[in-house]
Formats: sequence, C-alpha cells, structure tokens
Amino acid sequence: MKTTDATEAVPPSRGKRRIGDVIFAEVARGSGILILVILAGVAAFLILQAWPSLSANTVNFLTTQEWDANVRENPTFGVAALAFGTVLAAAIALLLATPVAIGISLFIVYYAPRQLAAFLGYLVDLLAAIPSVVYGLWGIGFLAPQLVPVYEGISRYLGWIPLFSGPPSTSGRTILTAGIVLAVMILPIITSISRDVFHQVPQGHQEAALAMGSTRWEMIRLAVLPFGKSGVVGGAMLGMGRALGETMAVAMILSPSLKISWDLLQSGNQTIAGHIALQYPEATGYGVSALIAAGLILFAITLIVNMAARYVVSRGTKEA
Amino acid sequence: MSTTTTQAPDPSVGTSMSVLHHGSLPRHFSAILLAASAAVVATVLLIFSSFGFVLWALLTAVAYIAILMTASLRVEGGRKATDRLVTALVHSCFLLAVLPLVSVLWTVAQYGVVRFGPYFLTVSMNGVLPSMDAGGVHHAIVGTLAITGMATLISVPVGVLAAVYLVEYAKGRLKKVITFFVDVMTGIPSIVAGLFVVALWIMLFGPGHLNGAAGALSLTVLMIPVVVRSSEEMLRLVPLELREASYALGVPKWRTITKVVLPTSAGGLITGIMLAIARVIGETAPLVLTAGSSAVSVNWNLFDGQMMNLPVFIYSQVRMGGAVNYERAWAAALTLILVVMLLFFLARMIGRLIAPKTR
Repeated sequence: MKTTDATEAVPPSRGKRRIGDVIFAEVARGSGILILVILAGVAAFLILQAWPSLSANTVNFLTTQEWDANVRENPTFGVAALAFGTVLAAAIALLLATPVAIGISLFIVYYAPRQLAAFLGYLVDLLAAIPSVVYGLWGIGFLAPQLVPVYEGISRYLGWIPLFSGPPSTSGRTILTAGIVLAVMILPIITSISRDVFHQVPQGHQEAALAMGSTRWEMIRLAVLPFGKSGVVGGAMLGMGRALGETMAVAMILSPSLKISWDLLQSGNQTIAGHIALQYPEATGYGVSALIAAGLILFAITLIVNMAARYVVSRGTKEA
Repeated sequence: MSTTTTQAPDPSVGTSMSVLHHGSLPRHFSAILLAASAAVVATVLLIFSSFGFVLWALLTAVAYIAILMTASLRVEGGRKATDRLVTALVHSCFLLAVLPLVSVLWTVAQYGVVRFGPYFLTVSMNGVLPSMDAGGVHHAIVGTLAITGMATLISVPVGVLAAVYLVEYAKGRLKKVITFFVDVMTGIPSIVAGLFVVALWIMLFGPGHLNGAAGALSLTVLMIPVVVRSSEEMLRLVPLELREASYALGVPKWRTITKVVLPTSAGGLITGIMLAIARVIGETAPLVLTAGSSAVSVNWNLFDGQMMNLPVFIYSQVRMGGAVNYERAWAAALTLILVVMLLFFLARMIGRLIAPKTR
C-alpha cells in the first residue's frame, strides 16, 4: 500500500500564518518533544534516586553478589549474580525462540495457503496479547510440574554435560523453565519483524531462483535468507530486549536467590527484574534506592540492546 | 494490506520437470503418510497406556519426517528430499508456536471456571481472609478500569498528537530523533517504568506513597509509544490527494488535519488505541511497585491509597500460595484474558468496519 509523506503537500498559507495553525502546530510539536522529555526523565529520576545508595554502598555495585541493602547505613549490595541470571535467561529464550520464529515466518510468508496466512499470523500475534502475569501463572501452575519428569530424564542421560548436572529441581522452577516461558513470550516480536522483512524480498530475486530450477527451500536459501538476514538479527535482538526486561513470568517462576549458577536444571538463579519485583515490598532503608540502582542497570542494558536492534533493522530495510 | 508474497509454483509442476532424472512420490503421499504415522503412534502409545498429547505429536513428527526423508531420498534424490525436510520442519515450527497458545488458553479456562462466575466478579476481598473459601475480584476490576482509563486519557492525546506531528509537520533531525526514541521507548522494560514513577513519587511526596495515579502514570510511559507507532501508520495511509483537495479549497492546515485527516483515519486510530489498551491492561510489574499489592476493598479514588487491579491480584494470590489462592488466581486470569480478548476482537471488528477510506 502506498504510504504518503504528508509534508509534501503544501498548505495554502502564503500570507501571514493563521493563529489556529500556529497553536495546533506547536501543540503537536510539544507532544513529540514531551516523549523525549519523558524518556530523559526516566533516566534522570532513576539516576537521582539511585545515587544515595550507590554512594553509600561499601562494595563495588557491579561485581558483588550479595544484596544487603535494607539497612540504615553501610549497605552492601551488587548486581553481579542478578545480571548473570538476566543474561542467562534471555540467552536461553533467544536460543529457543529464534529458530522457531524464523520457521514460523517462513511458514506464514511462503508455505501457508494464502487465504489462511493472515489468520495464522494473527494467531501468533495472539501470543503477544496474553499478559505476562498469565504466562507466569501458567509457568508455575502448569508447565513447571510437567517439566519435572523431563528434567529428570535430561539429567539422567545428559547429566555429564555440566549445564545439565543434577540433582534436578523437584518443583521444576528453574532458570530453564523461565527461559522456555520467555521464549514463548518473545516469539511474536521476532516473528513479526522477520515476517515483515521476508515480505520485502524482491520478487525478481525469488522468481530468478525458481526459474533456475530451484526447489522452494533452495529459493529461500538463495534469495530470501541472505536478504532477510539483518532483519532477522534485528528482530532477535528486539526479542532479547523483551526477554531481558520481562519481570512477572520470571518473578513468579524463580524463587529469590543470589547465586551465580550454570546449572539449568536446579533452582538458584534470579534476574534483575524478578529481584526488583520480589524485594520491593520488603525494601526499607537503602533498599528502594538500591533496587532503583538495579533498575538503572537494566534500563541501560535494554536501552543499548534496543538501540542496536533498531539500527540493525533500519539498515537492513534500507538496503532494499 | 497488499503483500508481495510470491507463492512458489505448484509442487506438481516442479516434479514433472524433475521426472527427467528422478521419479517422484505419489501426489498425496505426504498427507497419507502423516495420517498413517499419527494413527500408528497413537495406537502404540495407547497399547503402552502412556498417551500424552505432546509425546504423541513429537513422536508422530519424528516418524513422519524419518519415513518421508527415506522415501524421498530413494525415489526423488537429495535436493527434493531436503526440500521436503524443510517443509516439514517449517510446518512443525508453526505448530510448536500454536501449542503454548492453546495450552495457556486451555489451562486458564479449565482451572479458571472453578471459581469464575457472578459472585466472583461482584464481591471484593474486603473482610475475607486469604485462606477463606470466599471473595472475588470486584475491587480489582474497579482498579483496572480506573488505572487503565486514566492512562488512556493521558496517552491518547499525547500519542495521537505526536503522531500528527511526525506525519504532518516534522522534518529533518527532530523527526528522526523522535521516531528513533519512540521505537526505543517501546522496548523499555515495564518494571523500569514502574521504578521511574517510584523515583518521581519519592521526590514529590516522600517515600511510601502508593496510589492509582502513580500506576496510571507508569502505564502511560508504556502506552504512549505504542499509540504513536500505530497512529503514525494509520495517518500515513491517508492519501495525499485528500489533503491537497482540502488545501485547494483554502482550508488552513490545522482544519485540514482535524476535519479531513483524523476523521478519515478514525477507524484505524481507534483500533490502534484499543490494541494499546489491551497491551497495558495486563501489565503487572509497574503496578506492583506503584499502586500497591495489598488493597482488599473497592477504591475508586486514584489519588488516595492503594488500588488493587486484576494482574496484581493474580500475582499476589500466587505469592500467598494456598490452594484457594491459586483457584482465585486462575479465575482472575480467566477474567483478564476475557477482557484482553474482547478488546482484541473489538479492535479487529472496528478496524474492519471503518477501515481507512483510501479511495
């Protein structure tokens, strides 16, 4: 569908500008700028409120695992373990979700019957409509118990791989479960970005590949995937941004913890976002300020990831 | 929306060409094989009386792919076999995504109906101990309506006006900067939006002030970028000719926007706004931090005291951990999902009924 750049149409105001025009234009511009102000405000207020605890902290905030901040003086806290858990959970989610998301978008664009494609895409979008707290409830109330025997099996036969060493958690509430739930939650965003990019693959490239006698897969490998690569990478990074910041599903599935552990089948990891949600109601003293500091780190990480992702996606579509 | 999809040619055309060198499998071979392997796997599982849906689907897929690959390799050769393998994998990817969707909806419906009903919707938790076999979500529904309503009232004007600015006025650097940061803002973790309001509230009112307005403000931070993005897309669909026709009649720009551009795209704008509401109505983390998680009675006042809402209700019930609490959580989840789905379907309906009139 043709999109328009409305600024191309020139309004007839040759003489002096009408007062209504000036006011409306300024209000609209103000709304645009307000968005920038809000974003700057988020950063500013987080820094301001994190500062008291960060300056009172007796240890290095970035390399400490402990969290002893609910005191009136000399708090001792750091995000090392939490940051590790955050990245680990997001990495698991990304590893599980990206291949499936690529498959889904290929399916919707190239394999599904065309009359059904829109509806099937809509089904995947519905995954994004389910609130994260419901995913958390599903994860803890349904998925985790179902996974317990699976984890037992994995640790029995694959326990020699360090990641899967036992004994597996008897509640199923582990970082792997959290990663699986996160993977489901980020599927729609990765799928929708990859789908958009696959739709933009020039028809000529596809027809050329088919005319050479390619099978459908060879056409995809030769024409679609090289073209769509950066879009898929960008989509995956956006998905990672979501996974890094997702709170409720993680907070409900994982129990409070401050360990750095590579054991995917045991409980003992926690993420920054989950930690904030779990600790906030009990925070006293420097507690709230320390949690805001943790939030600041999360904000910085996701901001960088999202900015990089947007850059990759926009560069990819420009090459078209 | 028009798509530029190229459907690969009918498989039968391809096979008739490769007949020169290879044979090809019968036309409905894969469909029949799929049905056969599903039936055989089901029978075997039933004999061992260990029928589980996921196990069945998994084994069926493995058996189907293995047999199909072997047959295709022998009859049709490697290239065709790879193509068939990818086709099967791509299809299974899609089914793999639908599986959790169905599972979530099914479990929520199954466990939710136990408590769901008029009583649950019209009674609050006032005077109900967590372990008592009573109580409902009336107060949470009220809180959700109030908080989401206020967030919508702030976000929609700001979001739509910002979109108008981006589409109708902005040029050059500021346009690029705003577009970029709106995109970035859609990725702000919801808990950070909550912490922002916590920080702001501490500066304004001192520590420990939890109320509905704080919750609404945190949702606003999350909602504005969503509204901007969707409205921007809709405004861009309004044809340039409509604006030019209006200008040609001497109508000033701001009247053109309010009388021509916005009404033309009204359907799309409303769809986008409803999807944005559906998006934030399930937000939990920021509301735990800002609106509190311990209110038990109906509170319509956004500026006074804690305010319960549906997502936080689910979370706090799960935290209590008893059997009754879980029942309440599932029923509240069912309520929330019904609300979200309702918004989703209404949005699609409106989008279809008053689609942007592009001609």
